[in-house]
Amino acid sequence: MSIDIDTARKVAKLARIRVEEAALPKLAEQLSGILGFMEQLTEVDVTGIEPMVSVTPMRLARRADVVTDGNQQAAILANAPDAREGFFAVPKVVE
Amino acid sequence: MSMTGRANTWTIAAARDALRKGDISAVDLTMACLTAIDASDALNAFVHKTPEMALEQARAADVRIAGGDAPDLCGIPLGIKDVFCTKGVPSQAASNILKGFVPEYESTVTSKLFGAGAVMLGKLNMDEFAMGSATESSCYGPAVNPWKVDDVLRTPGGSSGGSAAAVAADLCLGATGTDTGGSIRQPAAFTGTTGIKPTYGRVSRWGIVAYASSLDQAGPMGKSVRDLAIMLGAMAGHDAKDSTSANMEVPDFEAALTGDIRGKKIGIPREYRIEGIPAEIDALWAQGREMLRDAGAEIVDISLPHAKYALPAYYVIAPAEASSNLARYDGVRYGHRAALAAGDGITEMYEKTRAEGFGPETQRRIMVGTYVLSAGFYDAYYNRARKVRALIKRDFEQAFAAGIEAILAPATPTSAFGLGEMDKATPVEVYLNDVFTVTANLAGLPGVAVPMGLDSKGLPMGLQLLGRPWDEAGLLNHAYVLERAAGFVAKPEKWW
Repeated sequence: MSIDIDTARKVAKLARIRVEEAALPKLAEQLSGILGFMEQLTEVDVTGIEPMVSVTPMRLARRADVVTDGNQQAAILANAPDAREGFFAVPKVVE
Repeated sequence: MSMTGRANTWTIAAARDALRKGDISAVDLTMACLTAIDASDALNAFVHKTPEMALEQARAADVRIAGGDAPDLCGIPLGIKDVFCTKGVPSQAASNILKGFVPEYESTVTSKLFGAGAVMLGKLNMDEFAMGSATESSCYGPAVNPWKVDDVLRTPGGSSGGSAAAVAADLCLGATGTDTGGSIRQPAAFTGTTGIKPTYGRVSRWGIVAYASSLDQAGPMGKSVRDLAIMLGAMAGHDAKDSTSANMEVPDFEAALTGDIRGKKIGIPREYRIEGIPAEIDALWAQGREMLRDAGAEIVDISLPHAKYALPAYYVIAPAEASSNLARYDGVRYGHRAALAAGDGITEMYEKTRAEGFGPETQRRIMVGTYVLSAGFYDAYYNRARKVRALIKRDFEQAFAAGIEAILAPATPTSAFGLGEMDKATPVEVYLNDVFTVTANLAGLPGVAVPMGLDSKGLPMGLQLLGRPWDEAGLLNHAYVLERAAGFVAKPEKWW
């Protein structure tokens, strides 16, 4: 699978990573190289094989549906780049 | 102090015994390490030093030891990989996007280590988000291998390169690492040290910055197999905060080191004889087989037919999981946020923050993961890779069902390469470093690296043993036999 510049631009957008136009050709080339390497997987006969969900044959444990933690507003906001009045602050989302 | 001035070179086992006998205090042992660390900036192994915290922990350890309450790790100075969240101490996973992040909580692993009385000397360098095999993608700049045989600075491997360099240079007695595709075993092999990736689920992942959650597993790195057994015993165990952590008894790993492997079947996978592998690595592998045979083990040729597809499967699954895990770095809750221009909205904030905060390899893996998970490609790449992963695991299950106790293989395709040597290589050429190690992660198996000798350049080389799920005890015993037979005692000459 070869990745063209438009696809590279779209992937960057989906990943929410700004990539300058000038950097797109190299990105497309590198992504193509990586995906080309993965093409080997098409050689494998996977008929009737279920995709692996968990590497260890165990069910994810459920815990009791009770409050175990909380009231840590200051600790939760301590690392925020911008926190005001007990909230995370972000640029305007809705016009 | 004269007799104990070089205490930083001790193994954990030796230090434990000396501490209990009163031959040295935890404070003096810690001071020996802090002095070595202060003179080691050229290695760029410790990226956040915590001497005051270390001395405080050491004083508390001395009180416990004096009171007769001394677990094995009480007073033992360790280095902690930067990927572990440590309360009140910067924890960046070597990424600029986590610059300034100081966790309000303690990872389960470090919390267990501290509960056992261990001393933290500081945080260790690594590849950004543990993505890499050379510690060159670190926001702190590369860690440097203490093994230097010419004018070339070499990589200590990656992603746990700072951990490996610190242990090899005797800056600490042991260190924590994490291994998603070989990140404990490859750096151990590159530095003449030991390291074990436990069975998936043996050690809690809670509080470890996630890369690929179905593959990540933390483990110890040290100067001997016995030290791995001691550290793993303290790190392992069920944790309700990690839903994938196994609710299983933790055996006494050290007690399992009997040195008796008579009658055990050791598998030699023929698919690991790959083209272009240096003759020296091949010869080393043959020596390892002889050593295990001499110890009474039975050497059996086995086939793992899907092993050659492990690397491409890994490089679909790991980036897919990374793209999902790393979505949390959005400039809102922690870490870096880009300066915004007038009129920028929340999308620009995300895009600029992530472009500035993530290094090139992390960006590439996020985008590869985004692509293989996107509509129209999910089945062709991600689901197919997960099916191949099931086949890779089945290969191992069949070998174990046939009586194989452990599998012996090279750890790396080469000895340590020079820093910058891979700059011109394509991403895929760099990924080939992981060819021998990724299978254990895909199959969830424990794997241990053991130093075996020096190559013709004078650089360390190691072998790895892979074990049955949950049989770290048996695996470490096999590694112990190999370690004793190889008798690797060489140390890097101090130049830093």
